[in-house]
Amino acid sequence: MIEVKNLKKSFGTNVVLKDINVKVKPQEVVVVIGPSGSGKSTFLRCINLLESITDGHVYIEGTDITDKKSDINKVRAEVGMVFQQFNLFPHKKVIENIMLAPMKVRNTSAAEARKKGLELLRKVGLEDKAEAYPDSLSGGQKQRVAIARALAMEPKIMLFDEPTSALDPEMVGEVLEVMKQLAKEGMTMVVVTHEMGFAKEVGDRVIFMDGGLIVEENTPIELFDHPKEDRTKAFLSKVL
Amino acid sequence: MDFQWDILVEYAPFFLKGTLLTIGLSLAGILIGTVLGLFIGLGKMMKNKFLSFPFSVYITLFRGTPMLVQIMLIHFAVVPLFTGGTNGIAAAILTLSLNSAAYIAEIFRAGIQSIDKGQMEAARSLGMTHVQAMRYVILPQAFKRMIPPLGNEFIVLIKESSLASLVAAPELMYWGRAMQGQYFRVWEPYLTAALIYLVLTLSLSFLLSRLERRLSTE
Repeated sequence: MIEVKNLKKSFGTNVVLKDINVKVKPQEVVVVIGPSGSGKSTFLRCINLLESITDGHVYIEGTDITDKKSDINKVRAEVGMVFQQFNLFPHKKVIENIMLAPMKVRNTSAAEARKKGLELLRKVGLEDKAEAYPDSLSGGQKQRVAIARALAMEPKIMLFDEPTSALDPEMVGEVLEVMKQLAKEGMTMVVVTHEMGFAKEVGDRVIFMDGGLIVEENTPIELFDHPKEDRTKAFLSKVL
Repeated sequence: MDFQWDILVEYAPFFLKGTLLTIGLSLAGILIGTVLGLFIGLGKMMKNKFLSFPFSVYITLFRGTPMLVQIMLIHFAVVPLFTGGTNGIAAAILTLSLNSAAYIAEIFRAGIQSIDKGQMEAARSLGMTHVQAMRYVILPQAFKRMIPPLGNEFIVLIKESSLASLVAAPELMYWGRAMQGQYFRVWEPYLTAALIYLVLTLSLSFLLSRLERRLSTE
């Protein structure tokens, strides 16, 4: 579903990703953990080309997105992304946030987009906020709207970039709950997070990154309980 | 100082005509300047240095030289080059539009660049093209932030339209000068003109603050 081959990324002379190779299978939930500055967010942003790729290849369902000839907008429509800072559109109501992309990118009719949008809002427990503006929502509500907005495009893959890092602690649970539900429904997900509990419970595979490299990857049970690398052990001893 | 009301009454129809032309010149300058300014602002923001360079030059030239010089050049040199004759109104509209476009371009650029880059990323991550993201996500938000500086620029434009009197466009200030020439009076024509300009700029800022309140989402 996703295949990342020899991915390298540098900002000027600063090398952020050195040589990343990852395969994600359909319906798999891959959790990426690691200290800040390890390149995990950059890795995620390379998967839908929000960061230009310095070298290597990224295949999404067989399409090489690093190939100039492939239509990145088409690929992005199939890959939903949820950001740490939510990035809701503040000038639009909640329901309009969700309706915008399906209408403009998929040419869905307004009525259909609204129906689908309300359905998704019900799914994330915010049907009553449809006509509210994002500024009036709490952080947890905003992030749930952001998830609904990404789902409105009916993506095959969902990317989560530290979705709970900007939230007050008591709001983390409601967002993780929605993500767990998605995973249960069989969504293919790549999640960058500091929530080790979530990684353990929902992840099929955990990748530990440090210094622009994948240091270790394994099932959550193996990685958390029997880490092989010293760097993994050092990191886990600090966060667990 | 004795204020001669009778000559004012005599000149009232001219002041009215002049005011209408002042409004016309300003509106044309605002509309054309805004459209041009948007394109020049977007042009200056292009990543390719060679493509954005001409737009930078344009802004530098029109912001860096006095409008009086620009209107003289356009009236006596540029317009005759194309039409073979001079035309005060055409020169005034052209100068006001080209000059305000330079300022408005910078207002647009600042407005667009003030929007958090997460907004563009979110729009693009949903599959929107750059143009769609600009049109539906970035510009509506940027526009709201641009209203106060745009209002400033429009007010400046109304006032600077008075320079058109120097190329014989019969707007408000032109009739003020005509009245001074005929009666050798200064208080009556210029106080009247000042008052009318004040009414025009006050009305505009009132309209703009109404617009700003209507666009607020709170």
